Amino acid sequence: MKPGMNIAVLVKQVPDTYAERRLKDDGTLDRDAGEAVIDEIDSRGVEVALQLAEQHGGEVTVVTMGPQRATEALRKALAMGADKAVHLVDDALAGSDAWQTSAALAAALRTVGFDLVITGNEASDGMTGTVPAMLAERLGLPQVTSARKVTVDGTTLSAEKLIDGGYAEVTAPLPALVSVSEKIADPRYPNFKGIMAAKKKPVQTLSAADLGLSNTGGANAASRVVSSAPKPPREAGQKITDDGTAGAKVAEFLATERLI
Amino acid sequence: MPTVLVLAEHADGALRPVTGELLTAARRVGTPAAVVVGAPGAAAALAGELAAAGAEKIFVAESPDADSYAVTPQVAALQAAVEAAGGAGEVAAVLLPNTVDGRDIAGRLAIRLDSGVIADAVDLDESVVATLSVFGGSYVVTSQVTQGIPVITVRAGAVTAEPVAGAGEQVPVQFTVDPATATTVTAVHTEPAGDRPDLAAAQTVVSGGRGVGSADKFSVVEQLADALGAAVGASRAAVDSGYYPHQFQVGQTGTTVSPQLYIALGISGAIQHRAGMQTSKSIVAVNKDPDAPIFEIADFGVVGDLFDVAPQLTQEVSSRKG
Ligand SMILES: Cc1cc2nc3c(=O)[nH]c(=O)nc-3n(C[C@H](O)[C@H](O)[C@H](O)COP(=O)(O)OP(=O)(O)OC[C@H]3O[C@@H](n4cnc5c(N)ncnc54)[C@H](O)[C@@H]3O)c2cc1C
Ligand SMILES: Cc1cc2nc3c(=O)[nH]c(=O)nc-3n(C[C@H](O)[C@H](O)[C@H](O)COP(=O)(O)OP(=O)(O)OC[C@H]3O[C@@H](n4cnc5c(N)ncnc54)[C@H](O)[C@@H]3O)c2cc1C
Repeated sequence: MKPGMNIAVLVKQVPDTYAERRLKDDGTLDRDAGEAVIDEIDSRGVEVALQLAEQHGGEVTVVTMGPQRATEALRKALAMGADKAVHLVDDALAGSDAWQTSAALAAALRTVGFDLVITGNEASDGMTGTVPAMLAERLGLPQVTSARKVTVDGTTLSAEKLIDGGYAEVTAPLPALVSVSEKIADPRYPNFKGIMAAKKKPVQTLSAADLGLSNTGGANAASRVVSSAPKPPREAGQKITDDGTAGAKVAEFLATERLI
Repeated sequence: MPTVLVLAEHADGALRPVTGELLTAARRVGTPAAVVVGAPGAAAALAGELAAAGAEKIFVAESPDADSYAVTPQVAALQAAVEAAGGAGEVAAVLLPNTVDGRDIAGRLAIRLDSGVIADAVDLDESVVATLSVFGGSYVVTSQVTQGIPVITVRAGAVTAEPVAGAGEQVPVQFTVDPATATTVTAVHTEPAGDRPDLAAAQTVVSGGRGVGSADKFSVVEQLADALGAAVGASRAAVDSGYYPHQFQVGQTGTTVSPQLYIALGISGAIQHRAGMQTSKSIVAVNKDPDAPIFEIADFGVVGDLFDVAPQLTQEVSSRKG
């Protein structure tokens, strides 16, 4: 580890939210359905890590668990400025649930070493939002989730975190885990120099066996999909062009539908 | 009958409505028991309400630490309540609200109990099979925990509370918080709820997008909302432009709403916005652009200027109310 603050950032590759997303019949994600991108929330996590490392020194390591092509998400983070990457990739991990994902990521993080772990508050595909707290519990860390502002002073982390109906000011001793919320920072665009430099940065790959993981994969998951069914898409109703009376016509529609 | 533990969500000495919804879901599976985590005296203020909402037992976990730290007091208290209720053989599930804190508590607790988690359930049946609404309601998935005591977060407003009074027997439980893994809460800032209904639970929602053009002009959205007794929502573009506060964002990364009526003003209907509102019963959209994608899912679409249509509609609604 370098002097300063060493930060591990988790990034997940997800189906692009701009495209239609699909589940397979067994309820798992159809990862071939659309383009795969670094989850937007995780690119914000990388941005926060880079800003903290710029202030305090230290190294930023990005970590992912996912199929082979998830290296693209790592390269994107490296092009933004992260120093190195760890890719946990193994067919035996396919179909993991949140419990297993947190076990695997915790094992990978232990090999990295860190003062701070940064994650997104909720992945845009699985959306359970439970992996960060599970990781904190497994690693024996305090958790500061859904942060909208983070500062570090010595070994104390201070943050504003979202809560129901507002926000709370919190502090925690380092090492700690932070999950970022959408409004914390806009991710920087990688420039040409960054993209070229990223090609030379180290990406370490790890298998389930490297980390001594057992009972991996969907067949051993702690939660399982029983059934999965698509809902028929909504259909368009009537559409009018305003001729000066559209407000009144909407009111009529609402009255007919007994909505007013 | 096995016990189903429900984390009581409370603030300022009052129960949140979601607690009654969780107790109703719990009764389908077993004997509902509430767990109150709070400063000394917290449970006394809530016990009557909890019994009326269906709690047969109330595990009282009180400590001055409860409000000083985030999440870990509730985790430790729930773990203690699981023990007090007889452990794995006797506890059929732990139910929590699907809030930021609820999911954190669920995540940490699941690791301590060596249990699987299901997040954001919209329904739960008697064999603890949960229903999820995935990708903005494009899929209906059912799932089940297969390891340990199921830990399940439930979406507020998804289950209708059907109170059946319970005995409300109070059982004290002790818990401790490890300072090494604790996050200290130094200040809490919450907005007063105001007169409008809660966005997530509202029967009617009127939302404004980038087309509204400024924070000042959002009054057009608010006036229509108030005429309809509706909550106000906003698109991400409207929030990011500073027109309306963040907690009112509707969509993939904001609140999911499913009201009887959703009115979209100056919102294009991006897929991430639709993910948070497309299960609404009726959708009305006003947009200048006839090709805006919001019209693909609108039951009634108006191609026009929202500054003409919305005020006229506000007026019509107000005059019909008489
Ligand atoms: C529609 C759907 C519903 C699901 N429901 C459940 C469920 O109820 N219970 C359950 O246990 N599993 C569920 N899963 C499986 C779950 O999504 C996966 O186990 C996933 O790997 C982790 O959970 P998440 O995506 O919800 O992560 P979240 O907890 O939402 O992710 C938060 C952050 O953790 C980090 N992170 C998460 N996964 C990775 C990764 N693979 N690599 C690097 N960083 C990561 C990222 O920084 C991310 O922003 C579901 C999956 C799908 C597709
Ligand atoms: C990961 C991710 C998550 C996201 N999450 C969300 C989310 O939670 N919620 C969300 O909303 N978006 C979300 N987005 C953003 C989304 O892609 C769109 O950018 C956003 O919804 C656009 O908001 P808008 O419709 O207000 O703005 P625009 O797309 O700019 O649309 C404005 C509309 O107003 C119309 N208009 C302009 N003036 C008038 C007028 N006077 N009268 C009538 N109509 C007028 C225009 O014709 C246009 O259609 C997310 C994006 C990503 C990548």
